[in-house]
Amino acid sequence: MSDKVKVTIDGITVEVAPGTSILNAARQIGGDIVPPAMCYYSKLEGSGGKCRTCIVKVSKGSEKDPRPMPKLVASCRTTVMDGMEVMNITSPEVIEARSGVVEMLLINHPLDCPVCDQAGECDLQNLGYEHGLQKTRYEFERRTFERIDIGDKIQLHMNRCILCYRCVFTADQITNKRVHGILNRGDHSEISTYIQTAVDNDFSGNMIDVCPVGALTDKTFRFRNRVWFTKPIDAHRDCPTCSGKVTLWYKGEDVLRVTARKDIYGEVEEFICNTCRFDKKKTADWVIEHPTVISDTSVIASNHYDTLKPLPVIQPNLKLQQANKVELEKTTKF
Amino acid sequence: MLKVEEQQPVEFSPALIAKFDEIVKRYPEGKHKSALLPILHEVQAELGWLSVAAMNKVAAYLDIQDVEVYEVASFYSMYFLKPQGKYVLEVCRTGPCCLVGAEKLMGHIESKLGVKENEITPDGLFSWRGVECLAACGYGPVLQIGPEYTFYENLNEQKVDELIEDLRKR
Amino acid sequence: MARKLLLEHINVPGINTLDVYREKGGYRAVEKALKTLTPDDVVEEVKKSGLRGRGGAGFPTGMKWSFLAKPEGVPRYLVCNADESEPGTFKDRYLMTHIPHALIEGMIVASFALGAKTSYIYVRGEMMPQIRILEKAIAEAKNAGFLGKNILGSGYDLELYVQPGGGAYICGEETALLESLEGKRGNPRIKPPFPAIAGLYGCPTVVNNVESIAAVVPIINDGGDEYAKLGIGRSTGTKLISASGNLVRPGVYEIELGLSVEEFIYSDEWCGGIANGKRLKATVAGGSSVPILPANLSLKLANGEPRLMSYESLSEGGFATGTMMGSGGFIAFDEDQCIVRNTWNFSRFYHHESCGQCSPCREGTGWMEKVLHRLEYGHGKMSDIDLLVDVAKKIEGNTICPLGDAAAWPVASAIRHFRDEFEWHVKEPIKSLDTNYGLANYAEPIAKAVTTEN
Repeated sequence: MSDKVKVTIDGITVEVAPGTSILNAARQIGGDIVPPAMCYYSKLEGSGGKCRTCIVKVSKGSEKDPRPMPKLVASCRTTVMDGMEVMNITSPEVIEARSGVVEMLLINHPLDCPVCDQAGECDLQNLGYEHGLQKTRYEFERRTFERIDIGDKIQLHMNRCILCYRCVFTADQITNKRVHGILNRGDHSEISTYIQTAVDNDFSGNMIDVCPVGALTDKTFRFRNRVWFTKPIDAHRDCPTCSGKVTLWYKGEDVLRVTARKDIYGEVEEFICNTCRFDKKKTADWVIEHPTVISDTSVIASNHYDTLKPLPVIQPNLKLQQANKVELEKTTKF
Repeated sequence: MLKVEEQQPVEFSPALIAKFDEIVKRYPEGKHKSALLPILHEVQAELGWLSVAAMNKVAAYLDIQDVEVYEVASFYSMYFLKPQGKYVLEVCRTGPCCLVGAEKLMGHIESKLGVKENEITPDGLFSWRGVECLAACGYGPVLQIGPEYTFYENLNEQKVDELIEDLRKR
Repeated sequence: MARKLLLEHINVPGINTLDVYREKGGYRAVEKALKTLTPDDVVEEVKKSGLRGRGGAGFPTGMKWSFLAKPEGVPRYLVCNADESEPGTFKDRYLMTHIPHALIEGMIVASFALGAKTSYIYVRGEMMPQIRILEKAIAEAKNAGFLGKNILGSGYDLELYVQPGGGAYICGEETALLESLEGKRGNPRIKPPFPAIAGLYGCPTVVNNVESIAAVVPIINDGGDEYAKLGIGRSTGTKLISASGNLVRPGVYEIELGLSVEEFIYSDEWCGGIANGKRLKATVAGGSSVPILPANLSLKLANGEPRLMSYESLSEGGFATGTMMGSGGFIAFDEDQCIVRNTWNFSRFYHHESCGQCSPCREGTGWMEKVLHRLEYGHGKMSDIDLLVDVAKKIEGNTICPLGDAAAWPVASAIRHFRDEFEWHVKEPIKSLDTNYGLANYAEPIAKAVTTEN
């Protein structure tokens, strides 16, 4: 038996280690066929499966058992089998279900991007652009909560939360004490400390970095600037607590905020400590490396909008063109 | 989030602690967190509701973080995170009971007790609320009263009046 | 009289005590299994019986047992699902209240078959009286040597405990139940792994409904083949049906699978017809989650043949004209009941009971409830009806656990079969507040039924 398994995603075959999830297999291929993930975080054990944005269709289970899976599955929590065939953007069913999930995520979201510090680097915003409807069909009052400070450096803006549980896993796995959690249930669920306690430990700031939306924001950066007006620079320092590898976000000569370095899927490469994040905001504190590599499609990459090109697999297929209509229209608009 | 920290200290009686010890024995070594739900029921039966101080004490007893207790207590509908009347009338409000008049009965209870859902009567004796299916659909309308969760079935306005009078006299 | 296996002695005074239960032949199955059978023999008998899970999904119990992983040195668990909360279902409460030993006997035999040394009965917290009844019965059984160390000299040890829930419908889902039993929030787990591989405390676990476990007793006493002779086709044996709603005699009935729906509703042996001389409008045959059917489709298949109380016949016609056996919660609606109001009520239930873990269910159930509330209270729009169908479709199949489907099906089916009534609520917003639409105009329940347009 070979120690690699073969999986085909949207017609592209890749060999991966046994036990790899469909999502991670897709990330090894890269590009547009990678399902979006709002709750899965490879560095946090047990994360994923909840937001349902990464759902895909398994059209062939494996070489041994070729039957398709009866329902769409969460690619982040489904392990690949040898010979498995997966459809992501080539399946109209997946595209429709995913826009359904996005609609659900947005019905109670305040859509306050103009005043949200996360705008420009928000996973939900990106997802909304790609899969969202032009207007909402939800005509009821949105769920609202009071803004609260959890600790003196982090603000919790529960209205924006999509309940991905990442911050809970973060507190469980990289800090020594968890004082916040998920309270209540159903659509009353909220991230909370229940009683007024501060989240206070050396690594609590990482909750900000793992948050896919603007629910947990850095108070030291709050309303200081839009991210796309700042310039990210990779830097490091000799830190006794963490790796000290960070991204500094500059406006002119000033460091406005410090974050961990993130990969192309928005995941931090290494968690950093609160001292690096909140207390070292002078260039002199750091050894500058180079400008951070930012994806061309990000708004942070200097107001430069690239033309979206449909994948080759979509071009000859009428059904897929229909399913990706909204996307294709965008390409002609730009 | 609670704005005010109520620091009303809570003491668990030795008898209650003995019950906890008994419950914990049901689970394998190291899996004592399983005792959380039964223990919270015992605490609520004794104190009437679950205050922060009481939950923190349970957390300390089970050696888990406070927030783990808050998470669980707020998830399940039976745990009261606010003080209640001495008798909480919990009326089933789900489909089958509504087919046989549960909604009308809730209206009656509201006017009889003179308080809205989840409010406490001035004498502190009663509060009431609609709850979801109590799995007694063939005997509706039904209500239950904790902490023993005694069941009252095939109710009508007269039976409810009698029940309330009866509880007042106790 | 029809054959009864579970409720045969239900009316015997004192049947809730060990002594009377034994007089009536109780604990024979434990003696037979532990003294004369191997665990694999027991599994084989259950497989032969064709018993299907009585909790709702109808998965063959024997097959579920044979999937249990048996790694060396790892404990295995049997957990009984007594978190009965599906609206319309109250059979397990009935069984536990009146014949608690039937469940305990079944638990001992099933635990023996699976090699479990510790087993739990997870009872919903609201059933505190039943918890006390079971605890008392367990103590009796232990005193008599049916539980504890070296049961009946067989060398088999078993401890049995009752665990109360905290009030959450979702804990009827087996992995949410296991989470809850571990002292956590009742969030269903993402599968795989299934409990048979990694269940309670990460160990191989089987979760079975109360009625399924109790049915193991007659299967062992009489043999799986005998059990399989009862019933019809792949729906073998007897089933407890919880009958509620506008019936002359609601209650729990043990039927042999294959009884016709018409006989069940109208025969004096069973429910005795619709209460107060009214006509049948609709039924929900298997608990609130299954599709609602108008009277004509409840009694007859699309091809005019009678519909039977069996897994196959109830689901005949798919969702277009059929429904499901579910947990056997049979709810009957008379002509004066409002389908819109009932759909809103069920939808409120699922909104209230959603665990909130995955987005389509957390957000979608609330959305549907709000739209249905608006329709019921006269503020609806015609477009709301299609909106509901679309939202239901976006929840269905896209969630972690079946609660999403359970929330979507009642809404989708109500609109499928009673669309006229929903439209009437939009067209007659004032009138619909205090009068009812009446029978659906195509749902001819019995020959003399006529449309009642208010």
